[in-house]
Amino acid sequence: MKPAPFDYVRAESREEVLAQLHEHGDQARIIAGGQSLVPMLNMRLAKPGVLVDVMQVASLSGIEASDAGIRVGAGVRQATLLDWAGRDPRLPLLVKALPWVGHTQTRNRGTVVGSIAHADPSAEQPLCLLTLGGSLQLRHRKKARSIPAAEFFVGMMATARGDTELIESVTFPAAQPGAGYAFGEVARRHGDFAIVACAAVATGEGIRLGVGGVADIPTVRELPLPGASDFDDALNQYAWDLDARDDLHASARYRRELVRRLGRETIEEALRCRN
Amino acid sequence: MPKLSAHLRHPVALTLNGRKVEGLAEPRTLLSDFLRHELGATGTHVGCEHGVCGACTVLIDGVPARACLALAVQSDGAQVETVEGLSPDGGHTLGVLQESFRQHHGLQCGFCTPGILMSLEGFLRAQPDASEQALKDMLSGHLCRCTGYVTIIKAALHAQQRLKEERAHA
Repeated sequence: MKPAPFDYVRAESREEVLAQLHEHGDQARIIAGGQSLVPMLNMRLAKPGVLVDVMQVASLSGIEASDAGIRVGAGVRQATLLDWAGRDPRLPLLVKALPWVGHTQTRNRGTVVGSIAHADPSAEQPLCLLTLGGSLQLRHRKKARSIPAAEFFVGMMATARGDTELIESVTFPAAQPGAGYAFGEVARRHGDFAIVACAAVATGEGIRLGVGGVADIPTVRELPLPGASDFDDALNQYAWDLDARDDLHASARYRRELVRRLGRETIEEALRCRN
Repeated sequence: MPKLSAHLRHPVALTLNGRKVEGLAEPRTLLSDFLRHELGATGTHVGCEHGVCGACTVLIDGVPARACLALAVQSDGAQVETVEGLSPDGGHTLGVLQESFRQHHGLQCGFCTPGILMSLEGFLRAQPDASEQALKDMLSGHLCRCTGYVTIIKAALHAQQRLKEERAHA
């Protein structure tokens, strides 16, 4: 339960981070809050040659809000974003979802981008980014690109990030007027990994329901309003399409039932919250 | 840009319970092990070593965090507070939280206690008027296999009251 040896670089600028990634490729890992990575190091599931610490890079530590959305830098801790979202009306989904992320003690260190980069299929923040239709800003030494969350998650803990790319920030679209947002989760204990997590956005036209914890990646689907005659069938079809599997936490059947029940509850709450 | 090589030990200086201290750590050394093995502050306990049990919780720059999920080299220059700092006179008498846990049987074997005390210390400093529900939510980040938690909550609420009275008199 101790990490294998690695070199450690405390980067002071974005350019230093990118140079390290360029030099070491898949041997390098970025460390920010370390709340997902250090357990992997301790259990030796990850054995990087070099850890590049980005927490001293000032340009990565900001939350910038604009009409395009709320851009959260790679160094922003979950507790910091939760605090920000509590004082600003533009991220109502995150206000509801972040308290489900680990515990106070891990949110004080863990970063938003770190959890998204880790891409655990049951994690809350990737699910929120996907459900809101957010994006990620990646950069390597010569080029920067922005990709939608829908193209970022490609498998269990696998993403579209290249080995030499840094995720500089993620951007959550700001709440739309007249839309409602809700989050729900079932886990063994509060703070454990979700067995099923649901995030819902309700607008005048319809519903977007995101589901985490079932498939290898978080998913999102447009659904009719709960009053519509085809709602139950559509939700049931969604639950089956996620291809749930039995594991030691829950059976596939239980997970499908949770998608149907928790999905409906979360959608109904989102509708009630429409402003 | 400091690059610390894997197999060497590097100086790490931090403030531990208000005192400046320094030791040597490999990049892979966890803060929990640095505190215990290098600085000799064995009050911080090491349980699961992947952030789940909460026994190693300390205050890093004033907020509760898992010492087993922080690297010693990341904590260079930080203010770290551990259970050793809760006593008002360096270990002769108990602090308010500790005394309350003793009085209400908030511990049995005591393995999880240092982490719980440090979480409460940080939490009650930031939110002195926290509700019982908020306290319970915060304590969900700790595992205790002896008490069943009821006496921990009782001790925490009692300590919260005592700390409020102390502030009112101060």
